[in-house]
Amino acid sequence: MTSRPNLPTETLLEMQRRMLRIRLFDERASKMVKRGYIPGTVHTSIGQEAQVVGACMALRPGDHMTGNHRSHGHPIGMGSPLGPLMAELVGKATGVCKGKGGSLHLADYAVGSLGESGITGSSIPIAAGAGLSAQVLGEDRVAMCFFGDGAANQGVLYESMNLASAWKLPVIFLCENNHYALSTPAHTVTGGRIVDRAAGFGMPGVRVENGQEVLDVYEAVSEAVARGRRGEGPTLIEVMTYRFREHSEGLRINIDYRDQAERELWLSRDPIKMFREYLVDMKRATPDEMDALEAAIAQEVEDCATFAIESPDPDASVAFQDLYSDKYELEDVL
Amino acid sequence: MSVMTYIGAIGAAQREAMQADKRVIIIGEDVEANVYGTTGESKQRAESGDFVEQFGKMRIRNTPISEEAMVGAAIGAAMTGLRPIVDLSYSSFLYMAMDQFVNQAAKNRYMFGGQSSIPVVFRSAMFYGLNTGAHHSDRPYSMFMTIPGLKILAPASASDAKGLMRSAVDSDDPVLIFEAVPLWGQKEEVPDEEYWVPFGKARIRREGSDVTVVGISGSLPLALQAADAMAEEGVSCEVIDPRTLVPLDSASIIESVKKTGRLVIAEPAHRTCGAAAEISAIVAEKAQPYLKAPIIRVTALNMQIPFSPALERHMYPTKEKIIDAIRKVRGH
Repeated sequence: MTSRPNLPTETLLEMQRRMLRIRLFDERASKMVKRGYIPGTVHTSIGQEAQVVGACMALRPGDHMTGNHRSHGHPIGMGSPLGPLMAELVGKATGVCKGKGGSLHLADYAVGSLGESGITGSSIPIAAGAGLSAQVLGEDRVAMCFFGDGAANQGVLYESMNLASAWKLPVIFLCENNHYALSTPAHTVTGGRIVDRAAGFGMPGVRVENGQEVLDVYEAVSEAVARGRRGEGPTLIEVMTYRFREHSEGLRINIDYRDQAERELWLSRDPIKMFREYLVDMKRATPDEMDALEAAIAQEVEDCATFAIESPDPDASVAFQDLYSDKYELEDVL
Repeated sequence: MSVMTYIGAIGAAQREAMQADKRVIIIGEDVEANVYGTTGESKQRAESGDFVEQFGKMRIRNTPISEEAMVGAAIGAAMTGLRPIVDLSYSSFLYMAMDQFVNQAAKNRYMFGGQSSIPVVFRSAMFYGLNTGAHHSDRPYSMFMTIPGLKILAPASASDAKGLMRSAVDSDDPVLIFEAVPLWGQKEEVPDEEYWVPFGKARIRREGSDVTVVGISGSLPLALQAADAMAEEGVSCEVIDPRTLVPLDSASIIESVKKTGRLVIAEPAHRTCGAAAEISAIVAEKAQPYLKAPIIRVTALNMQIPFSPALERHMYPTKEKIIDAIRKVRGH
């Protein structure tokens, strides 16, 4: 890493904390799937923490973001407390969505997380809409949607990019290119480069070649956010990254669809290890301080798992609430 | 009171809603030019429609022909502070945005444990009976009735269209309003002051004691005409307009059936899983002992819509078909 914005040490440490939270949260969630605490499956962001945190920390309170199916990291990146997120994965009453969303449908409005989407690409126009409301109401905020290389081939992305560009909406389209849509290599189903598609819609396209460097992502997204706040419209950012684990926990795929050398190369670019080295090299923290920081996050994750496991199940009545904003007769919906 | 057309009433409601609340915006194809007459006083020749002049281009916006993005962006805008009205023009175009209706609009509030409110209105027009062929003649409101989380309106008169539209804009939930284009030109007296028609309250259009006739959307005026004709034969029909299909005022229908013991339901949508099918099931479950004859549905057939006027005229309920059904439930 060469020249860097002179960010306060506390901001840099917070980046590392949030990356660690994502890593350890998802490792813990993976174990909890195996042990049967978490029903169904989860999709981890392990390996992609720099891309998530670099993007989220370029936002500020009041901004909005939408996620995708691999999205525990997004609310964590925005600063959500871990307990209600883990409780949601387990399906408990204390879950951030009262146990009605689960791993694929987290949302935490308190930090601007408008929700994940289990449907690939479906949450993209929601972010465009958050940009529209900012523009109409004259509010100085931006919206960001996270989507993968798979969703980059959904038509709704291009409808949304066109709309956002035509209306100059403060939206950041953030493509997390982890190279695979489940087992399908992105390049085999994608014509051209995703980032180049920005030009067709008259918006800047930026590719972050090393999405494992949190500050690279942070800088690229910060610039797009500033453009948005200045009223200059949307930006497409393609961040090159890699998921270290399988598409989803417990999924067994019998062909080796990822090249061994490729995998080893990316595994050697662990964003958390790299950023720790950077912080120590730059004398922003001592190794002891980093050890303490890591221990504190490990404890936080331990506590969130305990909280989730010990929380009560939701009352059955919760299943019949929140369909509409006003009172409705259960007889009419049952 | 003033006399208004159905389409004029929708336009008047939109103007009032825009004046009442700065968070209300209208987006859709060709809304700036007031092509259909709901975003301006008249179909004037001008550089911009008068809504644009009155409210500005920030709040009245032409969209690209991108239903999925338009609907999704309206949902996102509604989740973050606006109260959008989306003009989707033809009801057949809703299918282009099905994922957004089903997976986002209908589910977000529930799925996220009540964190989001989604105050958005989707207007669309059912251009049936107008020789527009299979791609433009759909009446798909009953498809959307099967999706929990949406509210479904089907006004059948000018005054209801206006009052329901105001309630729709004020609702914190996604509302789909299906307008029957054959009724757009129909006139009715409308109160001069602002008013709101509540959801889930049927309107008894005509009281009667022999047969209950439920008329939905464009079939309601036909049901009234059939009731007039039957009155001349000494048959007293009670004609009910549910006005809103979700929520549905099943209590008023059941009450009427308890009185008459006979039920005919007319609607322009397809027969299978239609609103008439749902109402039939509710009445069968809750008022079967009161029924003196089987329920009869008068609906569109489970058939696509042909273009030729010589063919299309056979596809929908008519006054005559409703009269036949009324005679049949009376055993004649």
